[in-house]
Parts: sequence; structure tokens; C-alpha cells
Amino acid sequence: MGDLSEFSFKYRLFLKTYPWRRIDPVPWTPLEKPLRQCNVALVCSAGFVAPEQKPFDDSIRGGDTSFRDIPSDVDVPTLVESHRSKIFNHTGMREDPNLAFPIDRLRELQGSGRIGQMNHRHLSFMGSITAPGRLRKRTAPEAVQRLLDDKVDIVILVPV
Amino acid sequence: MCNQAVGLVAAELEHRGISTVTIQLLRMVAEKVRPPRALWVPFPHGYPMDTPNDPEKQHAVLDAALKLLEDRTLTPPAIVDYR
Repeated sequence: MGDLSEFSFKYRLFLKTYPWRRIDPVPWTPLEKPLRQCNVALVCSAGFVAPEQKPFDDSIRGGDTSFRDIPSDVDVPTLVESHRSKIFNHTGMREDPNLAFPIDRLRELQGSGRIGQMNHRHLSFMGSITAPGRLRKRTAPEAVQRLLDDKVDIVILVPV
Repeated sequence: MCNQAVGLVAAELEHRGISTVTIQLLRMVAEKVRPPRALWVPFPHGYPMDTPNDPEKQHAVLDAALKLLEDRTLTPPAIVDYR
């Protein structure tokens, strides 16, 4: 796993011919202080929403580039997964959302002192975005501004 | 697609001064998109933190990701294989 072998021939062909957006130049922010002093947030692309939040819209051509704030004190099993992709198995993350959005694990790292603190919110996207122009120009900058406002030092990003 | 989406968000974060580490499930995509600091994991799509309801294995992935942030020898784009 971790390669193309898990997919159908049709999807493998799509992945091989898709015009992947190359990040160039690659930005780089070295970590300037110990983890035990850092405020850490998660960004997840599994399409999780809190129970009262609007699900992601799987009808938007090119993908729904919106995101949701997920409070860090959320009861993780109550998260609702609304990822539109049918090309992978959703069973595991529905059984345990930490598999794709490890909020409980981050909470434990805060408890052990490995990280300074968990940010008061995390961000949830639905990553099935084939046309990422709007993501790059609008929603990613908006998301980053929220985390800058929160004085986040580190973000761990988790795709599915 | 998810691998690309989080990579693009990571680039915006790093560009504006926040350090990131990005889990990646497809090495081919990581090499093409080039998120700044990536941990490639050999798990199926849908299982980025290894195994459901297994905190020990999930912590192992998170710990490997955090170690990339502590590694001063890495240069961008850094793609490191999870063992």
C-alpha cells in the first residue's frame, strides 16, 4: 500500500495523467522552539463535520473547497464523515475518526507534555478537490489567517 | 486528491510562517506536488494513522511526524518514509 496498486485501472490512469499542482518554490518555516512550547493544530481532509455543522457539498464540480472549524474539545466519536470519494474504504475512520483526525491523540500529547498545547480549534476540509484554484486563492489563505490569529506554531496535516 | 489538497494548504501555512508536517499516502503525489515537509506512510487510503482504535500505532505515526519538525538537517521539499 501507499502506492497506486490499491486502485482500479481507471483511477490509476487518472492519477497518472492528472496535472498535479507543483509547489514551486517550496516555502519553509523551520521550527524555532521546542515542541513542548508549541501550540499545535490539525488540518484534516476527511470531510468531518461536527454534528450541528453543514455537511460538505459533494455536488460542487471540482470539489467543495470550504472548511469547518472543529473545536478541540469535541467528542471525537460524534464527528460525522462526509467525504464524497468512493475510491477508498471509509469503514475505519467512521469507526474511529482519530484514524484520520487524531484529536484524541493530540490531546494525549498535550497531557504528556510532548507538545505545549493543542489549539482551541482544528480545521476540516474535504480533500476530494480536482480543481484547487479556489482552494489556493481563497480558502487556504482564510484558513491560514485563522491559525495565525490563534498563534499556532505547528500544523499537522492529514489526508485520507 | 486529498494528498494534493493538504499539500497546498501546507505550502500556504509555511509561506506565512507556520511550520507544518504533512502525512502523505502516495509517494508519487508527494514527489509531484512537493509539500514542504512530508511523512510518507505505507497505509491504504482512508487509513493515514495506521489502524482504527489503536492509540499506540496512531501515536507512532504522530511521533514520526513530529520528529520531522525537530530534524534540523531536512531541507525543502523533504519527503521521509515512515518505517
